[in-house]
Amino acid sequence: MPALHIEDLPEQEKLKLEVEQLHKEVKLQRQQVSKCSKEIKNYIKEHSGEDPLVKGIPEDKNPWKEKGSCVIS
Amino acid sequence: MSELDQLRQEAEQLKNQIRDARKACAEATLSLRLHTTLTQGHLAKIYAMHWGTDSRLLVSASQDGKLIIWDSYTTNKVHSIPLYSFWVMTCEYAPSGNYLACDGLDNICSTYSLKTGEGNVHVSHELAGHTGYLSCFQFLDDNQIVTSSADTTCACGALKRASRQPPFTGHTGDVMSLSLAPNTRLFVSGACDASAKLWDVPKGMCRQTFTGHESDINGICFFPKNNAFATGSDDATCRLFDLRADQELMTYSHDNIICRITSVSFSKSGCLLLTGCLGVTDDGMVVATGSWDSFLKIWN
Repeated sequence: MPALHIEDLPEQEKLKLEVEQLHKEVKLQRQQVSKCSKEIKNYIKEHSGEDPLVKGIPEDKNPWKEKGSCVIS
Repeated sequence: MSELDQLRQEAEQLKNQIRDARKACAEATLSLRLHTTLTQGHLAKIYAMHWGTDSRLLVSASQDGKLIIWDSYTTNKVHSIPLYSFWVMTCEYAPSGNYLACDGLDNICSTYSLKTGEGNVHVSHELAGHTGYLSCFQFLDDNQIVTSSADTTCACGALKRASRQPPFTGHTGDVMSLSLAPNTRLFVSGACDASAKLWDVPKGMCRQTFTGHESDINGICFFPKNNAFATGSDDATCRLFDLRADQELMTYSHDNIICRITSVSFSKSGCLLLTGCLGVTDDGMVVATGSWDSFLKIWN
């Protein structure tokens, strides 16, 4: 199915689609920023203890650590 | 009043209603501590790369027209796959590790089967339909892939049937990237019209539109929990948007960063937002960055 190119439509059709979409979006039940922010902060606090990029990785458990070179003495 | 004028007026009124509803919810501001760049020197142009879900194998598209799969533990090349096109915008691993997908100038998404048992890798499926270059894609599973394109649409295709759902239309600029929500059939897209949109795959519709950026959105990434996402833009800022508040929670910018942000990725807990051209493994252990100095680097 060919893609519908919005920019190829006449102005009227574009506006009708835009208004249709805005009608859907205006009905959304929105939550308070304070509540949403708190939930995000709490999630981060709960999980950052287990985040390897935050707490670091012990050398012996790190498969990507630089390998030493062999030295013949 | 002509119908055109009436429609314009109606659109304006609806936008004002939405703006007022958002303001009514914005009684607080989020402040998070901003880490400065972990990966300096990689604020360069897009270089196609992606981690496999085993957090060990990594695929990259090199400038001489090859897809290379690396074992990041040993730095050995596991596969080197010649492509038909020298210009690859994006490459992606299926969650199972059985398939790779990449695009080409022909606007086709080609998938490569990696577990053929014959030792060599070949094209297994091709998905056409977009009329502009493919900027990004993500596998929902081994058979379904969501794609975004410069033709301003996104699409969900079934690879085995080589068919697509009707495209997700609504953006008015090239769609530059997308990110699947963890554990749901939703995804967000970021486009050159400076907006991000939340799409419902089964229903085939746009649920929400997020504005705020002042220029093209190049990178987008869901927060580890599927109620927020971050974007990176040509306006040199990253922003955090919340789905339930239906608006931007925070803008991240730094005086030292004046160039476009091409890619964003969250660390496993969501504590860190990394920007540049990069990917964080599923287990959160490392970040890989790619740049046009042709090096892939692994950081932790």
